[in-house]
Amino acid sequence: MSDDAAERVRERVEAVYRSDSRRVLATLIRLLGDFDLAEEALHDAFAAAVEQWPRDGVPANPWAWLVSAGRFKAIDRLRRRARFDASRAELAERLDADTSDAAGWDGEGVEDDRLRLIFTCCHPALPPDAQLALTLREVCGLTTEEIARAFLTAPPTVAQRIVRAKTKIRDARIPYEMPSRADLPDRLDTVLHVVYLVFNEGYSASSGASLTRPDLSGEAIRLGRLLIEWLPEPEAMGLLALMLLHESRRVARTSPAGELVLLDDQDRSLWSRDQIAEGTALVERALSSRRFGPYTLQAAIAAVHAEAPTAAATDWAQIVGLYDVLTRTDPSPVVELNRAAAVAMRDGPAAGLALIDAILARGDLGAYHLAHSARADLCRRLGRTAEARVSYQRALSLTRQEPERRFLVRRLSELRD
Amino acid sequence: MKYLCLVYDDEKNLDAMSESEFDGLVGECLAVDEELRKSGHVTASEALQPVHTATTVRVRNSKVSVTDGPFAETKEQLGGFFLIDARDLNEAIQVASRIPSARLGSIEVRPVWELRQQAPRARRG
Repeated sequence: MSDDAAERVRERVEAVYRSDSRRVLATLIRLLGDFDLAEEALHDAFAAAVEQWPRDGVPANPWAWLVSAGRFKAIDRLRRRARFDASRAELAERLDADTSDAAGWDGEGVEDDRLRLIFTCCHPALPPDAQLALTLREVCGLTTEEIARAFLTAPPTVAQRIVRAKTKIRDARIPYEMPSRADLPDRLDTVLHVVYLVFNEGYSASSGASLTRPDLSGEAIRLGRLLIEWLPEPEAMGLLALMLLHESRRVARTSPAGELVLLDDQDRSLWSRDQIAEGTALVERALSSRRFGPYTLQAAIAAVHAEAPTAAATDWAQIVGLYDVLTRTDPSPVVELNRAAAVAMRDGPAAGLALIDAILARGDLGAYHLAHSARADLCRRLGRTAEARVSYQRALSLTRQEPERRFLVRRLSELRD
Repeated sequence: MKYLCLVYDDEKNLDAMSESEFDGLVGECLAVDEELRKSGHVTASEALQPVHTATTVRVRNSKVSVTDGPFAETKEQLGGFFLIDARDLNEAIQVASRIPSARLGSIEVRPVWELRQQAPRARRG
């Protein structure tokens, strides 16, 4: 084989790794019954591909080839370890005997493996931070370092969470399966919440040099698509719609110099029409099911913004109405804060300010920078400059993200006494 | 796989019950126990006397020390246990959720570590 052809095969292996390695892993975990063994097998299978594909050609079905290779490599490993541990020998023989059962890794069960993996990583018997770390590691294929950077944690802490979670899956025997019909609504909530957290961190990074982390929001949208492909539940559609509608504005949310641009000032021609169309269609499907929840409602709000040709032409009355429903079904101080901002647009800044002051007076959101910057903005519009300055300063002391800091500093310098 | 379901209740709440309420609870516990034995889930189960009857034993430097009271003072006290056989954690959770105290207190579900069946070299993971 020429160098050129060998290079093309190497590129093909890398492309297959990017597109299929998580699917291969998901099936190997089911076949081998062990996360660590499956990860080693995945590694071995790709190592074999790098060696054999340039010589023998790329197989017609790379995925099936990799699953099969991984499985045989795992049996080899178990047999080698069997010299020290009799239980390994037993497992190796059992796995080998299963070869005849082609149905085990061929057919409709296979696509479910990816859902099995998500539901296992998000099992409620695992602590929430471990669910998040394990999902990013196993389902999205992020490295421990990448996860640690995204969530401002030390890599050894993330690594320890993942190790402990995998140990619990094995020792407490958390099954590798889809939840039963009765458990599905609760279990799906946990999965959607993890996907939502991944997206949120990508949409608005909690710290660091940039406003967004498109890698994380991209992963979350990919997970959302996977979920509705196999589990078209209204709230799963609602969450995907919410993510697409927020993501549609990503380019417009930062200036070329990396500065934060608020919704009112964004160049709406930069919004992604394809994502808005897809998100809006999903919201409509979820709403028509009449079994929707908070994600769908938030997506409906985002859809109203997306439909408005200008900030001034936004249907604020409809947005306040949707927030009213959301406050009843899923009350939280953050929802109230957003509702207050919408009321300020519908009824004027004084009405919004009264609501925000009531939230802060209750002792909620005192440490949330966006509550103070929203308050500051309304004071500024009312000409209450001294109060605006205090609130901007408070917001500035609470934010850990560079573009937000620069935005607040700019706003402070623009205030006139 | 074996799981031990440890039943925790706030004894203060149990003490505050009327006699008929308490009898009703005991009756419900016995009925669930009976069902779970018939379905083959429960292999052993007992209720425990209240925590004021507990004694804690320690041996330090070959000397036995005995103290009054439970190992740890907590808001909820260990009130009984069910040793169950379940396919996996999901089935164990489903069984545990049927124990009446799941409603009033909480059930800690612990996989049994089959020490006797492991190689002597085995260590905790």
